[in-house]
Amino acid sequence: MDVQRHRRAGAPRSLDALPEHSASSPLSIHALTVAYGRRPVLWNVDYDAPAGSLIAIVGPNGAGKSTLIRAALGLLRPASGKVEFWGRPYGEVRGRIGYVPQRESVDWDFPVSALDVVCMGRYGRIGWVRRVGRAHREAARACLSRVGLGDLGDRQISRLSGGQQQRVFIARALAQEADLYFMDEPFAGVDAATERAIVDVLRALRSEGRTVICVHHDVQSVREYFDAVILLNMRIVASGPVGEAFTRENLQRTYGGRLTLLDAAGEAMARGEVAPRGGHGA
Amino acid sequence: MTGALANFDLGALARALTLRAGHNTQVVMAGAAMLGLAAGVVGAFAMLRGRALLADVVSHSTLPGVGAAFMVGVAMGGEGRSFVPLLVGACATGLLGALAVQGITRVSRVRDDAAMALVLSVFFGAGTVLLSVIQGLGTGREGGLKTFIYGQTATMLEGDARRLGAIALLACAVVVVLFKEFRLLCFDRALARAQGWPVAMLDGALIGLVVVVLAAGLPAVGVLLVVALLVIPAGAARFWSDRLSVIVPLAGGAGMAGAYAGAGVSSLAPGLPAGAMIVLCLGGVFVLSALGAPARGLGAVWWRGTRARRRIALDHVLRAGSEGAGGSAGPVAAAAIGGACGWSGARTMLVLAWARLRGLARTRAGAVDLTARGRSEAARVMRNHLLWEAYLVRYAEMAPSHVHFAADLIEHVLGAEVVRELERSLEAEEPAGAPAEGAGEADAARHGAGGTA
Repeated sequence: MDVQRHRRAGAPRSLDALPEHSASSPLSIHALTVAYGRRPVLWNVDYDAPAGSLIAIVGPNGAGKSTLIRAALGLLRPASGKVEFWGRPYGEVRGRIGYVPQRESVDWDFPVSALDVVCMGRYGRIGWVRRVGRAHREAARACLSRVGLGDLGDRQISRLSGGQQQRVFIARALAQEADLYFMDEPFAGVDAATERAIVDVLRALRSEGRTVICVHHDVQSVREYFDAVILLNMRIVASGPVGEAFTRENLQRTYGGRLTLLDAAGEAMARGEVAPRGGHGA
Repeated sequence: MTGALANFDLGALARALTLRAGHNTQVVMAGAAMLGLAAGVVGAFAMLRGRALLADVVSHSTLPGVGAAFMVGVAMGGEGRSFVPLLVGACATGLLGALAVQGITRVSRVRDDAAMALVLSVFFGAGTVLLSVIQGLGTGREGGLKTFIYGQTATMLEGDARRLGAIALLACAVVVVLFKEFRLLCFDRALARAQGWPVAMLDGALIGLVVVVLAAGLPAVGVLLVVALLVIPAGAARFWSDRLSVIVPLAGGAGMAGAYAGAGVSSLAPGLPAGAMIVLCLGGVFVLSALGAPARGLGAVWWRGTRARRRIALDHVLRAGSEGAGGSAGPVAAAAIGGACGWSGARTMLVLAWARLRGLARTRAGAVDLTARGRSEAARVMRNHLLWEAYLVRYAEMAPSHVHFAADLIEHVLGAEVVRELERSLEAEEPAGAPAEGAGEADAARHGAGGTA
């Protein structure tokens, strides 16, 4: 694994000292600032992603987690700063980068089948005007099988459950055959079977040497699922391997006062009053 | 034209629809059909891209362009009311209207619906003023200009129909060539941008097609109604299919048929406004689709709902009958079943009558007794229920105390295929993990199902 820097906000940083390993890092962010109007959402973010690992972006609502992904993918124009992938700008390497947007970002009543959606992951490869050929359809079908939906390819997407829809999105990203994936809350509101299927896919991707960066909302499962973490609240509060950066102190600094609520929940859980997960109905 | 017909003449209508009503009518109907085809095909994408309202703005915004083009044409000593200059003028201000909506929402805090209402009314107002100025000029050539508001097909010439055919060809060609790109654009713009597609250009191409089709439809259908050509066929086609590759040609066909029929009907009497007749015919297609389409139509939806409710009611009867009085599968009072399910007396009678008709139960002196078939059916239902319970406990990690209520509803939607899958996945651990509650009932159900399988 690459040398990890643990930067804290406000730590001194000289402008000329760009990380020398940025060419091997799948994602290097330098001094990225994004603002909606005059309100900054991300402030001076610096980060180098270790290759071949599963990375969680964790932070409270409005911390800029999705914004970080969208800015990295060029979907937002940053106020300043630079994002590079393997030392090159996004436009040169977009074929190697996959994206899973939030599930709610599309109309699931759209008249396409699950397989049609997965095939969209290959449009970039297919290029202008040409149809989706048999080879591409087969590749897409294989990706559907990888998320356990091999037999639902012909089903219209509105007739899939929420978890299945999320898996279709994951399969679509797989169909892009990327080396770096951005996923925006892939675990949000999915059932247990889908959560397991997604975790399996993430681990398989890691074992193939690919890097996955997920916006993740569930602090409880970060340790179990991810290797590295970015604690984000407008700025990067801490980043690095989960074992080092994902500490109570850093979480406290990321969530501010709101973590006390999590603490209370954690203690209640330790006493066995609340089921760990999926116990919302109780 | 067959002359003024005050009364409706079916023979004339049949002649018109079968292209035997004279050359002029044929030209008009063919032109309208081409227009309907173009509008249907483009409209399917416009609707899925959420552009229906914007299309309405565009159509109203074309009016000042029509007026301006007319004035320029007359000033240059031309005829004024000729197809191509008017089309160009209409496209220009139509596009301007669309851009104005975008500009207003981008730079100000006015929301898009308000921006659309604003642009639509201002442009239409400008157009109306321009037209009345033209009327006041008294050039003598402005006669047909007012028909742009309500539409009139009678003035369509053979050249116009040919040009409409060319536009239809263009629209179909663009849609066929960019089908994949438009599908991605309409479904997920973020992915399209991340993959590097020129989203603004594709959006522009789609809006461009919308503008051209609307402008071309103005003379025939009029500013007020032309948007219906785009929206109605697409809406109707959506009822028939879940596949974009089917919906697009269907919408084109529906638009073609509606416009053709509408033009035919309106040709029967000069007093009938062509635009309105076309829109009414399209509306008829829509209503038929909404009611009669096999999978998504209201009729089918109603029928499925009724069948599901009936099945749920039957399942209740079967459970009540097999649980019987104190576990022995004896007769149960009909009133007790109805009471437990919250049914009215009449509904209970109806449900029981249905159960009798299906050969599942017998009623004697107010008591319900399951037939052999009813008992095996009941075993199946209860086995489904049991599988669900186990499924929920094991997979959804729900508190077991909550399972019963949820399962009671969900068992009704369990299909045979799911049941088989559950059986396979659960059979390995089955003996150990039977829920404590109602264990006897569980055993009975399992044996029962084993007997009927």
